[in-house]
Amino acid sequence: MRVQLVDLAHARSGDKGDTANVGIIAMRPEWYPLLAKELTRERVKAHFHNVITGDVQRYELPNLHALNFLLHGALDGGGTLSLKTDAQGKVFSTALLRMHLDVPDAEAKRLGLPGAP
Amino acid sequence: MKKPDVVRIAAAQGFWGDSLDAPRRQVEGGPVDYVMLDYLAEVTMSILQKQKERDPRMGYARDFVGAIESMLPAIAEKGVRVIANAGGVNPGACAAAIRQVLQTSAKGSALRIGVVTGDDLLPRLDELFAAGHTLANMESGEPLSSVRDRVLSANAYLGSTPIVEALHKGANIVITGRSTDTALTMAPLRFTYGWKDDDWDRLAAGIIAGHIIECGAQCSGGNCLYDWRSIPNLADVGYPIVEGRADGTFVVTKHEGTGGCVSVHSVTEQLLYEMGDPHSYITPDVIADFTTIQLEPDGPNRVRVHGIKGRPPTDSLKVSIAYRSGFKAVGTLVYSWPDALEKAQHADRILRERLERLGLSFDKVLTEFVGVNSTHGPLTPEAGYEAPEVQLRVGVRSESRSDVERFTREIAPLVLNGPPSVTGFAGGRPKVEEIVAYWPALIHKSVVRPAVEIV
Repeated sequence: MRVQLVDLAHARSGDKGDTANVGIIAMRPEWYPLLAKELTRERVKAHFHNVITGDVQRYELPNLHALNFLLHGALDGGGTLSLKTDAQGKVFSTALLRMHLDVPDAEAKRLGLPGAP
Repeated sequence: MKKPDVVRIAAAQGFWGDSLDAPRRQVEGGPVDYVMLDYLAEVTMSILQKQKERDPRMGYARDFVGAIESMLPAIAEKGVRVIANAGGVNPGACAAAIRQVLQTSAKGSALRIGVVTGDDLLPRLDELFAAGHTLANMESGEPLSSVRDRVLSANAYLGSTPIVEALHKGANIVITGRSTDTALTMAPLRFTYGWKDDDWDRLAAGIIAGHIIECGAQCSGGNCLYDWRSIPNLADVGYPIVEGRADGTFVVTKHEGTGGCVSVHSVTEQLLYEMGDPHSYITPDVIADFTTIQLEPDGPNRVRVHGIKGRPPTDSLKVSIAYRSGFKAVGTLVYSWPDALEKAQHADRILRERLERLGLSFDKVLTEFVGVNSTHGPLTPEAGYEAPEVQLRVGVRSESRSDVERFTREIAPLVLNGPPSVTGFAGGRPKVEEIVAYWPALIHKSVVRPAVEIV
C-alpha cells in the first residue's frame, strides 16, 4: 500500500546559512525502523532535486526515533540574502512530509499504519 | 551553603520581538530561580550595530528594559536572578539603561548588574589580520579581508564561564553580548551545582537544557506539528521551565494552569530545530551528543531528560560576522478569480520584460505565487480546483541600489496597465532594503578575552 509520510511522522525544520535542516520524527516508536529504512539520503535528495542546489546529509537519532537531514543550497543564499518567502527554511519540514512510501500490505498491517488493510 | 535539590530556570524570550508579557508571566506564574532571555539571532548583531552607528547609546535589545521593569518586584523581593544576551553590541549602554530602571526603587538600587564583554572583535580586526588570523568563511573558505571595508559587526560566541563568574560576583542581572544561547541556561546550573569545567556529561546536559528552552514556547506547544489541533489554549501559552538537578538530569515543564503543552513530542521537535550533526553539537564549553538524549514523560506537562553524554570542546570559538552585501526589494499584488493564477503569471512576464527593457542589472529575480507554490515550490501538487485568488510576489537582489529602487517603481503601474482584477497594493511602493549578510568564521580561543564587570 501507499502511505504519505505526513501520516507516519511529524517534523521541524530550521536554517544555518544556506542550509535547511529537516528533523523527521516517527509518530510511534515502532514506526522508526521503517522510516530509517525508507528515508535514504538518495531518496530525500531525489525528492528535493528541483528545490535545492547542493547535497544532502543524513543522520540517525534512534534515541529520539528521528532522522535529521541537512539540505544544502536550499535557501537562495540564506537568511538575509534570500528572496524566498521561506527564507529561513521553516516549512521544508512539511515539504518532506509530502513524500509517499510504498509499504507491503503485510508490513503495514503488522505496524498498524493508518489505512492499512 | 546547601545546594538546592532543584534549580528552576525559566525561558522568557526566544528572540528579539518575542512576547512582551512572557517575562512577567514567568516570574508571577510560580516558583523560578533564574530567568533567561535570548535576544540574539545570527543577523541581530548587525541590526544593533547599525543602531549604534546612528546613536552611540543604542545597540542593545531595548525590549529588555521593559522586561526588567515588569520583573523588578520578583528580582528585588524574591531574589530571582536574570541572565540575558540583551547587551548586543553595546552591553555597557544596556547596563546603564537597566541601572536607571533599578534606581526607581530602594530595593532596586541595591541590585548588582554583571556585564560580560570581550566578544566584540570589530575594533580588533586589523590587529587580528596582522597576527595572521584570516577569519576565513566557514562555508566558502574566503578570507575576511576580501570584504573588510563592508564588515558591520564581528563577535565571538562566548561560553558559560564569564556568566558563571558574574553570578559568583553576586550579579542579580547578568547582561552579555554575543554569548551562545545555550550558555544562558547552562551557566546557572553550573554555578548552582559547582560543575567542573571538564565535567563533560553534565556540561552537555546543561547545553541541551538550553537548546530546548532557548526558543521560548517553541518547545511548549508553539509551532508544534504533532497533533497540533489538540494543543490547548495557545492564547495563554506557558513558556518553558527547566528544573535542573546536580546529577545533570532535568525536567522540562511550564507553570500550572498555562496553555500549550510540554510533551515528548513537543520537546523532540525543538531538539531537532536547527540541528546539524547530532553527534557533535559544538559549543565553547563542551561538545554535546544529541544521540544520547533520553526523554520520558514525568506526569502532565513534564518531560524528564537524562543519559546525556559530552566530550571536550575544540580550541576554537565561532565568530559571527555581518557585512553589507547589496540591496533587495520584494513587491506584491493580489489577483482575483476568474483566472487568478493565469493573470498573476501574465503580470510577472510583463514585469520582467519591462525590467529587461530598462537595462537593470539583478543578481536574481525570484517570482513566487502565494497561495499556489510559495512554501513548497515544485513539490506542490496540482490543486485540482481553480485558485480563488493568488498573490504575485516578486523579489530582486542587486549590488546596485538604484536598480533595486527602479524595480520598486514598476509594481504599482501594473494595477492600471497590466492584467485585470488586481488589488492589494495599498501598502505603497516596496521598500529597498540593504542586505546584511552573515559570515561565519572560527578563531583560536586564546585570542578572545572575555571580561566580567559588576556595575
